[in-house]
Amino acid sequence: MADTALREPGAAVRFRGGGFLPGTSRLAAVAAFVGLILVWQAAISFGLVSPVFLPSPVEIASALRDLTMSGELWRHLSISLVRIGSGWALGTAAGLCVGTAMALFSLARSVGLPMVSALYPIPKIALLPLLILWLGIGEVSKTATIALGVFFPTVIAVYSGIDNVPRNLIRMAQSFDVPFRDIVWKIALPGALPSIMSGFRISVSTALLLVVAAEMIGAESGIGAFVLQAGNLMQTDQLMAGVTVLSILGLIVGAALSWAERALLAWR
Amino acid sequence: MRLHVDIRRHAYDDLAVLDGVAFTVEPGEILCLIGPSGCGKSTLLGIVGGLVRPTDGRVSTEGALPEGSLNPFTFVFQDFALLPWRSVAQNVAFPLEHHRLTASERDALVAEALRRTGLSDFAAALPKQLSGGMRQRVGIARALVVRPALLLLDEPLSALDAQTRELLTEDFLDLWLRERTTAIYVTHNLDEALRLADRVVVLSRRPGRIKEIVTVGVPQRARRGPEAATTLAALRERLWSLIRDEAAIADREMVHG
Ligand SMILES: Nc1ncnc2c1ncn2[C@@H]1O[C@H](COP(=O)(O)OP(=O)(O)OP(=O)(O)O)[C@@H](O)[C@H]1O
Ligand SMILES: [Mg+2]
Repeated sequence: MADTALREPGAAVRFRGGGFLPGTSRLAAVAAFVGLILVWQAAISFGLVSPVFLPSPVEIASALRDLTMSGELWRHLSISLVRIGSGWALGTAAGLCVGTAMALFSLARSVGLPMVSALYPIPKIALLPLLILWLGIGEVSKTATIALGVFFPTVIAVYSGIDNVPRNLIRMAQSFDVPFRDIVWKIALPGALPSIMSGFRISVSTALLLVVAAEMIGAESGIGAFVLQAGNLMQTDQLMAGVTVLSILGLIVGAALSWAERALLAWR
Repeated sequence: MRLHVDIRRHAYDDLAVLDGVAFTVEPGEILCLIGPSGCGKSTLLGIVGGLVRPTDGRVSTEGALPEGSLNPFTFVFQDFALLPWRSVAQNVAFPLEHHRLTASERDALVAEALRRTGLSDFAAALPKQLSGGMRQRVGIARALVVRPALLLLDEPLSALDAQTRELLTEDFLDLWLRERTTAIYVTHNLDEALRLADRVVVLSRRPGRIKEIVTVGVPQRARRGPEAATTLAALRERLWSLIRDEAAIADREMVHG
């Protein structure tokens, strides 16, 4: 019996508060990553996996180097980055305005809430063909797809962020006769910033997803188009090099957002 | 400045909260407001401060407002209501920012308010770095910086532990004895009321009515002395007998909502 110890006179109290506090070890993480790459390389070097289907890490690295030297990688990457940047900026700007309006005004809320609920679940890439019909095959339809994909999560983040700002902060400002504009700029928006920042995390990954998808559907250039062409030509090393670039891009953006959160939300 | 409060009735939808509450606040007095939980004390304070529109009633002033007041009726909140992303000094500066003041005038007012509340060394700290007591000092500094004619304090110390409450009561009294700013002070704590109040308004359970207005009679400076002890003990007994049964019934009521 586990608790006989407590019943015996003079027995020490048995410790029972252990566990459920997992930590993390950087060493384990790096070791696992390096291990995976070594196993992968070995599997191909020893002929267990055909390099046609899965290129080795060494091959991917050399493809990546060649693409960088020739300037081809940068050509595709820069085009994708411009599409992401313009689409994200557009969607974010519109999302900030609409989300703020929905949080502050009854009319905007009554109209906006059902609209957003209905349109948010549509996978925006499904609208690309329609947008191509409307706006042509060029940059505008891709930018618009990304902007749409970014718009909805931003609206929801801003709207719910402002909605969750403690009501008593607003009453406090009103009790000092602080004007409406100042309450919006000095209380509602800064108070919603944590929610807005987590919205950015979602919208940035949405933008990354949509740029690749859009470039696979209708583009000659950009990382998505590059990966698709490499696949069509069975150039798996090029394909994997493109995928690696996307992964690194995602990591960089994630790190930048974490840094921004630490800097802007230090007050939490 | 004298304040006349006359609330004939106040209801939130069907819930009657106040029913015929009328009293006058004399210049320079602390009027404490006690009553069972949910009887409408915060609502009453909200009506006086213009944050709640009364269903039927009126709050008016008589006599001149003190000169240079930037916000005559000023609240101190139970949960402090500080902006967590602003430093102590920036929080205290907040109610000044929409007034026409030069930066140096504003800084001088903030520095003065921080000095009076003992916060000068904490000007750059963020609220999260402060204890509850220090946070409420910021709340008080922010209220003083606008030179209020009437302070509206809604259970300002009830979020604090007993010892901090004691300390802040002393400090608040010191401040008040120097300037005698008129104040309405809501509290659940009879000892706090008897330490601070010139008069205590006792409200009944909801819908709140005035059960009695008790005058304390002993000057605040003399209340720690042994001569005052018997008088205060008798007053405490009297207040307790007034709210005891009300509180017991209110306590057993189901919460709305
Ligand atoms: N904005 C509101 N809308 C609807 N009902 C409200 C609102 N504010 C308060 N009430 C209700 O009105 C009644 C009085 O509330 P109030 O906060 O004024 O009481 P109180 O005396 O301050 O209580 P406590 O001692 O708990 O602080 C309560 O029953 C409360 O639920
Ligand atoms: Mg209250």
